[in-house]
Amino acid sequence: MIPLIECNDIWKIYRVGDMEVQALRGLSLTIEQGEFVAIMGSSGSGKSTLMNILGCLDQPTKGFYRLNGVEVENLRPDQLAEIRNQQIGFVFQSFNLIPRTSALENAQLPLFYRGLSLKEQRAKAAAALQRVGLSGREHHYPTQLSGGQQQRVAIARALVTAPSLLLADEPTGNLDTQSSREIMAILEGLNREGITVILVTHEVDVAAYAHREIVIKDGQVLTDRPTKTRTQTVGV
Amino acid sequence: MSAFIWLTVMTALRILGRNRLRAGLTMLGIVIGVAAVIAMVGIGEGAKRAVQAQIATMGTNVIIVFPGFTSASGVRGSQGTAITLTVSDALDLKKRVPLLVDTGWSRRDVMQIVNGNRNWNGPVNGVSPSYLTIRDWSFSSGGTFTQTDLDSAARVALIGQTIVDNLFDPGEEPVGAIIRLKNVPFRVIGVLSPKGQSAQGSDQDDVIFIPFTTAERKVFGTSFIGSIGAMFASTAQSEDLPAAVEQMREVLRARHRLQGEQADDFTIKTQVDIGRVQEGTSQTLTIMLFSIASVSLLVGGIGIMNILLVSVTERTREIGVRMAVGAKRRHIVMQFLIEAMTLSLLGGAVGIVLGVVGAKLTTIVAGWPTVISSDVIVVAFFFSLAVGLFFGLYPANKAARLNPIDALRYE
Repeated sequence: MIPLIECNDIWKIYRVGDMEVQALRGLSLTIEQGEFVAIMGSSGSGKSTLMNILGCLDQPTKGFYRLNGVEVENLRPDQLAEIRNQQIGFVFQSFNLIPRTSALENAQLPLFYRGLSLKEQRAKAAAALQRVGLSGREHHYPTQLSGGQQQRVAIARALVTAPSLLLADEPTGNLDTQSSREIMAILEGLNREGITVILVTHEVDVAAYAHREIVIKDGQVLTDRPTKTRTQTVGV
Repeated sequence: MSAFIWLTVMTALRILGRNRLRAGLTMLGIVIGVAAVIAMVGIGEGAKRAVQAQIATMGTNVIIVFPGFTSASGVRGSQGTAITLTVSDALDLKKRVPLLVDTGWSRRDVMQIVNGNRNWNGPVNGVSPSYLTIRDWSFSSGGTFTQTDLDSAARVALIGQTIVDNLFDPGEEPVGAIIRLKNVPFRVIGVLSPKGQSAQGSDQDDVIFIPFTTAERKVFGTSFIGSIGAMFASTAQSEDLPAAVEQMREVLRARHRLQGEQADDFTIKTQVDIGRVQEGTSQTLTIMLFSIASVSLLVGGIGIMNILLVSVTERTREIGVRMAVGAKRRHIVMQFLIEAMTLSLLGGAVGIVLGVVGAKLTTIVAGWPTVISSDVIVVAFFFSLAVGLFFGLYPANKAARLNPIDALRYE
């Protein structure tokens, strides 16, 4: 079986004025389908850059990245958009719902760009909302929902396309303990159903939900090992 | 794709609905531009039609020949004072210019007209029967006079509606009545259908027609028998007018024995010439209108562009999210273009309504005729659409060129 993610000697170099910033320095990484991976690291370690590349929002300066066996580093912006739409679901720290737009319409958004019929969009979005436990709140606006509920709408939006990869960037960063636990439970459930989940976090107890923990430092993989606390679970 | 457009239009309407004041102010330029154009085209078109209708009352494909002016030791008299045109000119032209359907002639004088104890001062025209057909006069009662009346210098008269109103009691039958011109009794044999104002603004119904021969022998006291005040001719088709005019000029110059260098002692005008003067006026109006419209649509378009640029900045994060979940460049471009076109179309629609109402109000308040053609509305509609499209392109492209990572991080 082809690995879902295959990174080989990835470099990302930015120019800030006449300064050269090397965000990633020859990073290599392989993630199999169905894994639950936590990526950790301090700020400036390059984990956000790695997330952007893994999410096809950005492209490496050097090296290759294969997603499901497809090399993505030479694709045009529209082709990347297509891949994001087909294969990747994003969950952000700040939820990033579209303001003054109902939960259902937010969850519909990826399908809207996929060009499905309105009926199909609505049905799938409603099912996704049900999956995250938000039935009956389809027509609530983000401002009428709690932080945890907003993040659940964001997860519904991420999984409505049945992606092979779910990228969660600090998904509990803006949430209280109770909501964090609920969100992590949902992500755990999705992983059990076969979706690969990559979680970026700096909280150890959140990372503990994952099966594998990768620590990034100075643009390279520092450690890569299975999580120890896995058997204990729910220790937030 | 249709679901995409539909949802985008709905989203655009919702966003505009949220910022009603902002949207309204943005549309104002387009509203004013379109309303001004619709109203002014309506008024201009109404005026043009009115003028055309007046010109049409002259008759169909009419050519008018005036005699020249007298010149006594360098002092020129007014046009038509010379006696260079005669009945035989008119008869000869009919024979020698085959393009002419008919020729007629007239001579006029203002004098007192008496019916019983009432009197009126009005223009009395001695005319040939052909004159009446060339000028398209019809009758509301009675009928015209004939060649026999002309040959026998019969004392019969045709009177216009203004004369009827001033010389007869309401309900009194003018046909058969006897009126007097310079104490010569005339029997009224016909009342002319009203024509209203002429293109120059004179009352065309303040008129009496009597046979030309009767006029020159019994009423006017003409010193040169056969000299006429004006000659009228008509062609079958308006395309024949220029050729007919040229041929008439040749025949008249030959008849008047004018040598190569000598100027014409007559003036020939056609209905088309008279209409052209009016058209010139309305063309000036159209050019003015077009400049006003262009300026206000330009200003309106810039307003739309401005507000869209603000909108792109405000919604940078939203654009980032849309890109992250799979919006392609064209989706983002379409979204903002549709927003721009929704704005400009709404503005255009409001402008059309205001313009039509404005034109109607002008008709009601000022009494000017206005004509709103569907063409103008269609043009205004597509023009506002085009303004939205044109001025939306830059902001839409700016949005689509955003980098998704930067857009997502935008605060």
